[in-house]
Parts: sequence; C-alpha cells; structure tokens
Amino acid sequence: MANDLILRVITKWLSPIIILFALYVQFHGDYSPGGGFQAGVIFSSAILLYALTYGLDAALQLIPEMALRIGASLGVLIYGGVGVASMILGGNFLNYSVLASTPIAGQHIGIIVIELGVGLTVASVMVLLFFTFARRVAPE
Amino acid sequence: MSLAVNLLLLVFLLVMALAVLKTRHLFAMAMLFGLYSLLVAGLFVVLDAPDVAFTEAAVGTGISTVLMLVTLASTKSGHELVSSEKSRAAPLIICVVMGALLIYGTHDLAELGDASSAPHQEVAARYIEKGQEETGVPNLVTAVLASYRGFDTLGEVTVVLTAGIGVLMLLGNRKKLRVKELANGK
Repeated sequence: MANDLILRVITKWLSPIIILFALYVQFHGDYSPGGGFQAGVIFSSAILLYALTYGLDAALQLIPEMALRIGASLGVLIYGGVGVASMILGGNFLNYSVLASTPIAGQHIGIIVIELGVGLTVASVMVLLFFTFARRVAPE
Repeated sequence: MSLAVNLLLLVFLLVMALAVLKTRHLFAMAMLFGLYSLLVAGLFVVLDAPDVAFTEAAVGTGISTVLMLVTLASTKSGHELVSSEKSRAAPLIICVVMGALLIYGTHDLAELGDASSAPHQEVAARYIEKGQEETGVPNLVTAVLASYRGFDTLGEVTVVLTAGIGVLMLLGNRKKLRVKELANGK
C-alpha cells in the first residue's frame, strides 16, 4: 500500500487532525463527552492509520517500541501515584479533594492527571498490540 | 424522528448480522463486524450515551477491525471459512436456547428512561444531585468514572496493561520467532 499516492496524501493530512482531536477529547473530557480511554484509542488509531499506509518500519521510527512499553506502565504508575499522593496529603486512596487548597480544585487536578494516565496507558497498549501482531505478517 | 433513526439502525444491524452469517470470506467478515460496531455506536448516540459511542466507534470499528485484518494477513491460508456438513443440530440448539434465555432476561431489565427503576433510585440520584457540586466537573460520566468510581477505573487501566503484557509475552518474543524460521529452513 506504500505506493498509493492518494492514501499517502490523505494519511498525511488526516493523522495530525486525528491526533489533535484525541488531545481535545483528552483535555476537554471534563466538559464534553470523552476522557482518557476514548482519547487514547483515538490517538492510537492515528498511529495505526500511519502504520497501515507507510509500513511498520516507518511507524516504528515514529514511536520506538520501548517508548510504548514505558508509556503503558507509566500511565498506570501516574494513576496509582495520584492515589498515593492523596494518601500522603492525609486523605484516602484516590481522594483528590486533598490535592489542592479547596476540594473542587483538588478534584479537578486529580481527574485531569488520572485521565492523562488512562490515556497514556490505553494509547500505548493499543499501538503495542498492533505492532506485535503486525510484526508477524511476513513481508511479501 | 428518533423512531425512524432507531428503526433504520436496527434494520441495518440485522442486515449486517445476516451478512456475517452468509459470507464465507473472513476478510469480508472482519469488515462487516466493523460496520456492525459503527451501527451500534450510532445506536449509542441515539440513546444519549456519546461517551460509550466514542469508545465503540474507535475500538469496535477501528482498532479491532485492524487487529483482525492483521491477524488474517499473518496467517497465509485459511481465509475461507470451511463448513463441515456433519453436526449442525447441536450449534443450532445452543443458539436457540441461548437466544431464548437472553430474550427472557430482558424482561427483568428496567424500562428505558424509567426514573422509578432500581438503578436510578440509589447512588445515581446522589451523583446527579451532588456530582457537579462535589467534583466541579460538568460531564457527569467523567465525574463518576474518574472520581466516584476512581478505584474501578484504576482496575480497568490495570486490566488494559495486563492484556498488553499478555500479548507481548505470547507474541512479542522476536528471538523465538527467528529460531522457528531457521527450523523451517528460511
């Protein structure tokens, strides 16, 4: 598929828009439909589109597999870290209200940070799954 | 209007399901499953659940279809479904019994939008009343998922990571693959 001009041009135009939309869904999830999980999946679909059009090697150059493995673990660590941080600050595990001076501000920080963790893990794992499967496709 | 959209989506769902049954080509089947998911995502939008629709559209239509296609591409043969003529009675009986049980089960479900049903009486009422005040987040779904049910979401993310680790352990070992290729004389 790497030689199809229409696919290549469309992918080049579309992937940044998909990634921008993923970021919007990620950070606007408090106000509109969406959140970490949806954003992660949309982000990974942009990478999948790129890999399908330009080939696995190009996609691996874009995001090395090690970065994905680290990202997947880091997301869960961030999530758990917020829980531990709220314990250190005197609340229960994952009680965000103690993270800032007022409970509402604390909730806001907590939700944004854990959504970031969710998005990071989901995006990394989805792309990692695709890379792992795609590597088994024998080159023609 | 809503009825017409529902009817259209459900009729197309039925058409997709029958088409999946009818086709013998696995590539076509994967694409039809993707379309099926897209229709289900449309139904979720009609049911005022855009958060779920997002997930269904991205995972069901996009990623799982791509994963199925990649899996098919990595297996050289067997892209046609082979049907054997023998035991057809047993699967039919299982399907009919299972379908009957599912239809029987729907009688216990609450009526759509029924405010007096059990799920809307207990915690849901509190989330709706106090959610914005306690978390300051206008999107109630995010408030419930990330704050009230933060523990569950942590478990969910861990499941995603565990699934990724599982796939990596099963398929991610490049050295093993190379040994196998050598054994096959490639």
